[in-house]
Amino acid sequence: MSTTALGMPTVRHGVGNIFEFEPFPEYAEKELKNEQLRANLGFATHKIRDKRAAVINELPDWQDLRTAGSMIKQKVMANLDTYLQEFEKNFTAKGGHVHWARDANEANEIALRLIREQGVTEVNKIKSMATAETGLNEFLEEHGISAIETDLAEEIVQLGEDRPSHILVPAIHRNRTEIRDIFRKKIEGVNPDLSDDPAELAEASRFRLREKFLTNKVAISGVNFGIAETGTMTIVESEGNGRMCLTLPETLITFMGIEKILPTTQDYEVFLQLLPRSSTGERMNPYTSMWTGVTPGDGPQNLHVILMDNGRTAALADQVGRQALHCIRCSACMNVCPVYERAGGHAYGSTYPGPIGAILTPQLGGIEEQYNSTLPFASSLCGACYEACPVKINIPDVLVHLRGKAVDLEKAQGEFEGGKKDRHIQMDAMMFGAKTLFTSGKLLSLATRGLPASRLITGRSHKISKLPGIVGGWTDYRDIPEPPKSSFRNDWKKERGEAPKRVGGERVDLQALIAANQGKLAEAHAKAEAANPIVKEAK
Amino acid sequence: MRVALFSTCIVDAMYPRVAQATVEILERLGHEVVFPQGQTCCSQMHANSGYFDDAYQVVKTHVQAFEEWDFDAIVAPSGSCVASLGHQQPMLAERAGDSAIAKSAADLAARSFELSQFLIDVCGITNAAEQLGSYFPGSVTYHSSCHGMRLLGLGSRQEDLIRTVEGLEYTRIEGLDQCCGFGGTFSFKNADTSGAMVADKVANIEKTGASVCTGGDASCLMNIGGALSRKGSPVQTVHFAEILASTKEKPLQVSGPVSITAGGK
Amino acid sequence: MSEAKEEILGRIRASLWDHPQPAEPIRNYRRVSDKSQEEIIEILVDRLIDYKANVYHETAETIADRVAELLGSSSRYVVPTGIKQEWLPEDTATRARVVDSGNADKPGALSLRELDAVDAVVTSSTVSCAETGTIALNSSDQEGRRAITLVPDHHICVVPVETIVDLIPETVARLDFAKPVTWISGPSATSDIELIRVEGVHGPRTLDVIILK
Repeated sequence: MSTTALGMPTVRHGVGNIFEFEPFPEYAEKELKNEQLRANLGFATHKIRDKRAAVINELPDWQDLRTAGSMIKQKVMANLDTYLQEFEKNFTAKGGHVHWARDANEANEIALRLIREQGVTEVNKIKSMATAETGLNEFLEEHGISAIETDLAEEIVQLGEDRPSHILVPAIHRNRTEIRDIFRKKIEGVNPDLSDDPAELAEASRFRLREKFLTNKVAISGVNFGIAETGTMTIVESEGNGRMCLTLPETLITFMGIEKILPTTQDYEVFLQLLPRSSTGERMNPYTSMWTGVTPGDGPQNLHVILMDNGRTAALADQVGRQALHCIRCSACMNVCPVYERAGGHAYGSTYPGPIGAILTPQLGGIEEQYNSTLPFASSLCGACYEACPVKINIPDVLVHLRGKAVDLEKAQGEFEGGKKDRHIQMDAMMFGAKTLFTSGKLLSLATRGLPASRLITGRSHKISKLPGIVGGWTDYRDIPEPPKSSFRNDWKKERGEAPKRVGGERVDLQALIAANQGKLAEAHAKAEAANPIVKEAK
Repeated sequence: MRVALFSTCIVDAMYPRVAQATVEILERLGHEVVFPQGQTCCSQMHANSGYFDDAYQVVKTHVQAFEEWDFDAIVAPSGSCVASLGHQQPMLAERAGDSAIAKSAADLAARSFELSQFLIDVCGITNAAEQLGSYFPGSVTYHSSCHGMRLLGLGSRQEDLIRTVEGLEYTRIEGLDQCCGFGGTFSFKNADTSGAMVADKVANIEKTGASVCTGGDASCLMNIGGALSRKGSPVQTVHFAEILASTKEKPLQVSGPVSITAGGK
Repeated sequence: MSEAKEEILGRIRASLWDHPQPAEPIRNYRRVSDKSQEEIIEILVDRLIDYKANVYHETAETIADRVAELLGSSSRYVVPTGIKQEWLPEDTATRARVVDSGNADKPGALSLRELDAVDAVVTSSTVSCAETGTIALNSSDQEGRRAITLVPDHHICVVPVETIVDLIPETVARLDFAKPVTWISGPSATSDIELIRVEGVHGPRTLDVIILK
C-alpha cells in the first residue's frame, strides 16, 4: 500500500486489481488490432447506447432524477462516517455482522476466515465489482476454496480462464461459437452436441448451476446500495442467480465499498430509476432483492458485510476527484465512450475500465503506481461520458485534474513508472515552447513570420506526411496541411494597422439582446428544415 | 457593435482564411471588428495536457490582451476555445491563487461568443442566405465538434445556419454526435485510438456523398482533413464561417491549387 | 471499536479536511402520479407484455378457472399460508396444492429439493409499479418466504388492481423494508451472449400475471 501526501491529508491507496500494468496507448494499440473484439464491442456499445437513449427519453424528469442523484451522493460523501455507523447499527440490530477492511487484502482475509468457519471448500458468487477489485477468486483458490461465478457472463469468463472486458456484459468480447466451445469443454455432463443458440447455452448454464444453488451453503456477493436508515442492502440483477445466492445459502458474505451508502429509502427511489435505465437500457432489471438483516426462517441466517476502504478515502481527500466515488457502476460512460468502444475494457488494466476507470483507478491505486498515470490521458475529452452519467460525475473535468497531478508528480519525482522519460522531456519542451509563444502576442507574431519557411518541408504535395518524435503519432494517421504564407495577425497588422484600443462610451447590453432573441434558435431551426430538410441522413 | 475578434491560435497560424471569413461576416452585419494584437491562445492545450502553471500564464496573457481594449463582445470561430474561456480559465487562475485574473477571465468569458451563437442569439440571424447573403453551391456535410455541442450547448446552431445557405445541398452524417478523435494532445499521445476514431469519422463522411465537410472548429477539421488527405479522398474540409462568408459575387473555392484543406490561401 | 473501523473512520474524517457542506438534495422528480387508474393499469400491462410475461385480466369469479388453466391438469404447486382459497381451483387427483409454512425452520416448510420438484407457485403481491412494469413481493403471508417464488420454474402472480401504482416513489412508499423485498420485472432473462435476450435462466422461466379486479 502506498502512502502519498497529496495536498492536505496523508492518504492510503488500495491494492488489488486497480492498476494499469502497461501504458494505455501501447495496450490499446494491441487491442485495436483484434478485429473480433472491435466488432463485438462496437455492436454492443451501440446497441446498449440506443436502448438507453430510448428508455431515458421516456422519462420527462430524467434531468431532475440526475440532479437528485448527484446531490444525494454529495451528501453521502460529506457525511460518510456518520452514515456508515448508522448503517452498521441498523444492520447489526437485525442480526447481521459488520466487518471493516482497510484494503483488499484485509477484505479477502475476512472472507476466507468466514468461509472456513463454515467448513466448506466451494462457494457461490454473484457478479461483483468489489470482489473483482480485491481479486477474491484467485485468493480463495490459493487457499483451497473454489468460488463459482453464477452470472452467465462471469461464468463464461471463468470457464474460459479469461478476464472481463465490460463491467455490465463481461463476456462481450466472446461470440456464441466461442462460448459453445468453452461450455462443451468445461461443463461436465453437458450435451456434446450443444449448439451455439444463446437459449441453449443459457439452458446449459441453468443445468450446471442449479445443483450448486441447491447444495452450496455459502454465497458471496457485492451490493448496489446499502441504506443507512434501515440497514437494508440491495442487489439488482437479471438472471435470478442473484436471488439464488441471496436466498438459498445459510451464510451470505457481502463485500461493500464504503461509498455504496444511501441515507434513506427515499433516496433509494431515485437510484432505482437511474440505475437500470443507464445500465442495461431497461425500464427495470428483471430482479431486485432487498434484505434487512436476518429474517427468521427466510434466507441466510448467518449474514456478514465487509465494509471496504481500499483507496476510497484517498479519492475522498481530493476535492475535484472525490466525485468519482458517486459512481453506481452502471457502465453508461463506457457504452458512450469512443475510446472504450475501440480500445476495449482490457486496455484499462484495472477492474474498472472506460472513462470512470480512467478516473477511479488512479485515485484508488495511486496515480504514481505502475502505469496508472497514463489512464487520465486515455480520452479525447469529448464529454459523452459526463452527458450520460446518471449521477453527473464530471469525468472530463476530473480527467484534466488528474492530468495535472500526473504532470506535477512527474516534475516532483523525475521519472516514475507512469511514462517514458524521453517522451516527457519532449512533451515538456513542447509545452514550454508553446507557453513561451502563447504568453506574448509579439513573440507569436515574430514566430509566425517563419511560416513561409515551414512550407519548405511540405514540398510539392502541399502537406506534411511524416513528423518525428511524439507528434509522429499524428502523421501515422493524417497529413498536416501546408501552413499559410502568413499568419492572420501579421496580415491584419499589415492591412488594417492598429485601431484605437480605447473608445469609451456605453457598452451594448448583450443580455438584453439575447433576451430579445430568445425565439431565434427555434426560428433558425424551422428555416433550416424548410431549406434543407434532414431526409437524406446517411445510413 | 464593436467586436473583438479572438482568432484562436490554430486559426491564426494555420487557417487565417477562417478569421478573415469571420471578419467579413461581422462587417457585413455592420459591426466594427478589432483584433487585440496581444492575444494568443485560450490555454486549452496546456490545461488539457495537465500543465496548469503554464496554462495560467496563457490565461493571464489572454485576459490582459483583451482588457486593454474597449469592445462590446468577443467573437471566436471555435466552440472549443470559447467553452474553455468560461469553463477553464477562471479555474486555472484560481488554482494559481490569482483571483483578480479569475474574475476578469469570467467577466470576459461572459462577453465571449462562438460565431453561430453570436449570429443567432445576439444578432438574431435565422437565415444565412437572406440575412448574410451566403451562397455556396455544393454538397455539404457537417461535423458537430464535441466541446461546442456539449460544453457550450450550441445545439443545432451551426448546422441550422449552414442549412440555410443558398445553393447548398445538405446531408447529415451518421453519428453526428461522435467525436472525430482529435482531443488535442490525445491525437498523438494515444495516436492509434485517435486514428481509429478519425478513420470511422472519415468513413461516415464519405458515406454522405458530400464533397465538403464543414464544422465549427479548425482543430477538428484539421484532424478530419488530414485523415481524408491521407486516404486520398477528394472530400475537402472547410470551416462553416467560410461557407457563410461565401457569396454569389465572391464564392468560396474549395478545390484546385488553393484548396482549404491544404491550408493557407 | 475494531482497529480497522477506527482507522477507516479516521481516514474519512481526515479526507473531509475541507468540511464540504453540500445543499439538501432537490427532489423535483415526479413523486405522485397524475394519471387515472385505467391508464396506469394499461401501462403496467404494456410493460409486462414487453418483458414477455403473460398477462390475464380476471375477477373474483373467474380467477380460479384461470389459475386452473395456467397450472394445467397435472400439477403439484406450492402456495403460501395466507393465499386466498377462492383464487385456487379445487384439488384433483393430478393437480394439488402444497402449502409452505413460510418459515424454513418450522414444520410444513418445503426443502429446497422439494421446491425444485414442484411445477409452479401461486402467490399474491404487495404493490406494482406501472411505469417500470415491476411487481414487488414483500414477504406477506400471501407471498410466502423468498425461496418459494424462486425455485419453481413457473410463477403465477396475482396483482390486485388496488395494489397498482404508477411511479417508483409511490411503490417505495408502500413497502416495509424491515422484511425482505423482491422486485420482479418479467421472467428471469439474460443478454450476456451477443446481447441477445434469452428469457429464463435461473429464476422462474414463466411468469403469469393475473390482474385481479
